[in-house]
Amino acid sequence: MLRRNLAACAFAAVAGLMPFWNGTARAQGGQPVELQFWHGLAQPLGGQLEGVVAAFNESQNRYRIVPTYRGSYSETMVAAIAAFRANSAPHLVQMFEVGTGTMMAAGRAVKPTHELLSEAGVNVDFGDYLPAVRGYFQTNDGRQMSMPFNSSTAVMYWNKDAFRRAGLDPEKPPATWKELEETARKLKAGGAACAFTNSWPGWIQVEQMSAIHDQPIASLGNGFGGFNAELRVNNPFMVRHMDNLIAWQKEGLYRYGGRDAAADALFPNGECAIAMLSAGARSRVTREAKFPWGTAMLPYYDDVPGAPRNSIIGGASLWSLNKGPQGGRSAEEWRGLAEFFRFVSQTDVATKWHMDTGYVPLTRAAYEKAKAAGYYKENPGADVPIEQLLRGGEMTENTRGIRLGGYVEIRNIIQEEMEKAFQGQGTGQQAMAAITARGNQVLRNFERQQR
Amino acid sequence: MRRKVIFRGTALPLALLLPQLAVTAVFFLWPAGVAVYQSVLQQDAWGLRTEFVGLRNFADVLADPGWRDAAWNTAVFSTAVAALAMGTALALAVQADKSIRGARAYRTLLIWPYAVAPAVAAVLWLFIFHPSIGLVGRALNSAGIPWDTRLDGDQAMALVILAAAWKQVSYNFIFFLAGLQAIPKSVLEAAAIDGARPVRRFWTVVFPLLSPTTFFLLVVNLVYAFFDTFGTIHALTGGGPGNATETLIYRAYVEGVQNTNLGSAAAQSVILMLLVVALTMVQFRFIERRVHY
Repeated sequence: MLRRNLAACAFAAVAGLMPFWNGTARAQGGQPVELQFWHGLAQPLGGQLEGVVAAFNESQNRYRIVPTYRGSYSETMVAAIAAFRANSAPHLVQMFEVGTGTMMAAGRAVKPTHELLSEAGVNVDFGDYLPAVRGYFQTNDGRQMSMPFNSSTAVMYWNKDAFRRAGLDPEKPPATWKELEETARKLKAGGAACAFTNSWPGWIQVEQMSAIHDQPIASLGNGFGGFNAELRVNNPFMVRHMDNLIAWQKEGLYRYGGRDAAADALFPNGECAIAMLSAGARSRVTREAKFPWGTAMLPYYDDVPGAPRNSIIGGASLWSLNKGPQGGRSAEEWRGLAEFFRFVSQTDVATKWHMDTGYVPLTRAAYEKAKAAGYYKENPGADVPIEQLLRGGEMTENTRGIRLGGYVEIRNIIQEEMEKAFQGQGTGQQAMAAITARGNQVLRNFERQQR
Repeated sequence: MRRKVIFRGTALPLALLLPQLAVTAVFFLWPAGVAVYQSVLQQDAWGLRTEFVGLRNFADVLADPGWRDAAWNTAVFSTAVAALAMGTALALAVQADKSIRGARAYRTLLIWPYAVAPAVAAVLWLFIFHPSIGLVGRALNSAGIPWDTRLDGDQAMALVILAAAWKQVSYNFIFFLAGLQAIPKSVLEAAAIDGARPVRRFWTVVFPLLSPTTFFLLVVNLVYAFFDTFGTIHALTGGGPGNATETLIYRAYVEGVQNTNLGSAAAQSVILMLLVVALTMVQFRFIERRVHY
């Protein structure tokens, strides 16, 4: 008797520790269908995203989207994967561009956007989307796999006061690396604590630089051609650029500001005079910087033929997920997501999102609308990201983006090896060789998992 | 001295054991079993494609130079944390054991850090030693000593050791203090009458009598450094710069949670489990013999 009670108690205790969450939503008695949406944007961007969702919820009463902040992009991705394995995935998840390769290979975990829209009979005109944006999330034959939402690219912010103090023209940012090097020396001589830095070291110094100079990150068109791609970063261009960064760091011109977005703080607090950051950092810089500043395109090497070309995007797109390995979504739930996708693709919504956040306008119509509204006159430099994405004519297979499985891990490897090089543990050549060796192992593992 | 308590029947003792057994089964046996099972599988992140690969995950892990670096980091880190945390705690306990004014207040203050969550403690240390916003970090830099834990692996390692050890000093302090107070005063007085000075009294009387406590703490501290310092490392350095502060447990986390390679992460956890079992067995077999109970 006693034993049974204790067993019951133990069971109850264990059960109490495991929160049951029923992710299925159904319309009951006129209640709107509830759709879970996990995102990875901290404030202030997260609040702005939730504002878009609130506007959608107000615009109709059949569906209600519930946004939840799940930590950083990679934490959100991991949380969604774990929830899927536990059969309680959110309907919609915001996934950073690095995870695209992994998501595309996710098979039945994902409901491809083109399928979702056509089943619901909802039409979104992807032809008007910027090629650099939509192409990143399309299969090789042009089917849309996820919904573009917040796309950024990297741009260069400069502190006009610091330029003035160093006797430089505050309205003339450096355009090439050669000019940047000279500018940085003058800034340092003029007393700047740190001449230039960047956040997202792998994304900006390896991925963006490769695209701008039409150099490959990986074979098979940066992995668009299949799972058997191999890294190609150990090329003369990347080695040269890495050696330059190492030398500039030793000279005290370049400051390595940490992984991911850690260096974002170094610009608005006035410590670094020049910073290469995401275009999405614009709202933070606007809010925090107590000095006049401007944005310009990323510098390039003018002796590389064909440079500069378009940069590639960062940021995230929206993926619709199945509830778990057994599927488990109703047509009504998918319909609600399709309606939301239509909502965010509307020119008004897309334009407002772009102007509020600094993310690039996703469609040409949104770009034109922002232009007509005088947004770029009032905010000089806000059109730099999109101009940089459209630069250089037709995209090449090196400038379309990156489609590698396990790329979250590879990007960490790139950061780790860059840190080792900046610690003085090796040359640019050694760093690129190590990235290639370690990264290829990740690619082979991923390829094996897809069988 | 031992008295055996005999229960009548088996129902009551079983019932009394059941909660503990249930907790062990749910929080240890089940997850450990799943880890062993996962370690022989290869699976994609979503769990949709699974293949049995035998011991290949183990072979891959052991052949990985990155894993061996992490093993070395773990050895350095654990030894340093255990030595620093125990040494400091013993020194403090000996001082706090003296009859001085306000001894109770000191004792309470020394126990405080134990109540601080590892991640919070790490953030505290970050605010002190961060190269651009930390109090000491800034002072060091402006004094001309280059201090940057984001780029200098040795400095980063020193910082995580310091933060992890600080957290554990309180725990060790409580046990050392209790151990010191359990030493009969008469023994010390006898030694004093025989002419032994305080230092000699400490090394020849107090320290040997403390050895059961020291031994117990050594095991606890090593296990702490192996497993419970994840939060500290995660919040302070994230395993970086490069892989300079990546310990085995942190690497298993990165592999399993960030990179979603469950097979490899499970293999790493199983190896880690075996290592700790082996370490504990060695300690109890060889070191316990020399401990005076």
